[in-house]
Amino acid sequence: MSINIGEILLNLWQGSGFNAIFAGFADGGWQNLVMLIIACVLLYLGIVKKFEPLLLVGIAFGCLLSNLPLGGLYHQELWDAFMNPASEFYHSYGTIMREGGLLDIFYIGVKTSLYPCLIFMGVGAMTDFGPLLSNPKSLLLGAAAQLGVFVAFFGGILLGFTGPEAASIGIIGGADGPTAIFLTTKLAPHLLGAIAVAAYSYMALIPLIQPPIMNLLTSAEDRKIKMVQTRTVSKTEKIIFPIVVVIFVALLLPDTAPLIGCLMLGNLLKETGVTDRLSDTVQNALMNIVTILLSTAVGATMVGSTFLTANTLKIVVLGVVAFGISTAGGLLGGNIMCKLTGKKVNPLIGSAGVSAVPMAARVANTVGQKNNPSNFLLMHAMGPNVAGVIGSAIAAGFLLSVFG
Amino acid sequence: MVLASNLENMGILDAGVVALLGYCVVFFGLILLMCVVTIMGKIFIAKDKKVAARSAAAKAAVAAASADDVPAAPDAPAAPGTAGQLKLYDVEPKTAAMLMAIVAEKMGKPLNELRFISIKEVK
Repeated sequence: MSINIGEILLNLWQGSGFNAIFAGFADGGWQNLVMLIIACVLLYLGIVKKFEPLLLVGIAFGCLLSNLPLGGLYHQELWDAFMNPASEFYHSYGTIMREGGLLDIFYIGVKTSLYPCLIFMGVGAMTDFGPLLSNPKSLLLGAAAQLGVFVAFFGGILLGFTGPEAASIGIIGGADGPTAIFLTTKLAPHLLGAIAVAAYSYMALIPLIQPPIMNLLTSAEDRKIKMVQTRTVSKTEKIIFPIVVVIFVALLLPDTAPLIGCLMLGNLLKETGVTDRLSDTVQNALMNIVTILLSTAVGATMVGSTFLTANTLKIVVLGVVAFGISTAGGLLGGNIMCKLTGKKVNPLIGSAGVSAVPMAARVANTVGQKNNPSNFLLMHAMGPNVAGVIGSAIAAGFLLSVFG
Repeated sequence: MVLASNLENMGILDAGVVALLGYCVVFFGLILLMCVVTIMGKIFIAKDKKVAARSAAAKAAVAAASADDVPAAPDAPAAPGTAGQLKLYDVEPKTAAMLMAIVAEKMGKPLNELRFISIKEVK
């Protein structure tokens, strides 16, 4: 039997991804190429510009992997069948496990909401609710800063999205990645890639997005206000708080139970003082592992056929609107509180009511110090900041109960 | 009140109603939570005050008893090389240690070459 080198090389070429891109250029090959370029741009933003690198690098690499033709890492058609009630594979995880690629299996954790909840557990273990407990009024600022969620939802409807899609887009305004992923997976999974990228990109851009709005909506005099130190919170209070919150919020809106439950479990592990090992694992090892799985799985959903649409552009625009209006809502709340308390509250801390812990609080502190270098707003802004996490979870629970 | 349109193809008016309702629900939930946290805080503040009053009374009783018995021992002499005793006013020793480390770091000098006399919390 003779060996035909030419035939072998031809077979190698025909079986390669290059051939799939160029031979099938008109038939989706161009989409793969564009998505590979987008993945490289996102990698650049994550690595060089340091835009939320812990998540964006994984998202970009997941996007890169799923858009390599013939790689077989992610199968959009399997998930389309999974979501189609008429399909024989409707809600069949067995089919995904049997026929799916590596990223399909990663994605099961997103689909079941496992990863967002575990991330929330880590966030809870890293959060100190002390500032909120010492100043409970800051919960109002966390509520006020959810304005963007509902304005963007309304905007989504105006731009022709369905109710569940608009709700998923609106939650970008909550500035809370895991909540956005949790809600979108349940309501509009086909928009997950675009929404996750928009949410995390804008969170990274908070130091650029928020200050102009803060300067516009507050007076120079108010920005100089120094806030007095709040009371010291006892250990027992910090231990009781997560238990009270989970009972209270989950009874009020049962759809928030997975998110709030995990957030408060993580916090309880941190505060008890008898579960330090678990708290350490949740904050570090578990959080890191889940971040890798979540980011690559979310990135894998950025397939050309679903991502390269006009809807993605609309989501990008609505996302920045949601962020901006949430900031404005928090600042308006801060202004009202400033007036009602006789200028004892610096309105800048209202902007931290968008979750994005602790970036939004840091921005409030930085802007405050620019106006009064001896002003330290960080701990005061942490109250609204962590209140925003609870507020966005409640907003997600409401939208889920309406559209789920 | 019943919404006129279905959830998939929602009308503008209905979307406005849902958005407004959602915002109100978030406020409602967090206001209720604020009430719970405030009540919880008040209970703990009252408890702390009671404990503080009790310990102050106990201290006063001990001081009164010791004044009747033996005169208080003089302070121990400072150890050789020490920079003296640091006085803390409303500051935890842990916070004071952190502040001293930050000052040393900012000044670019070793901590043992600096002398801190007192640290007071400005309220």
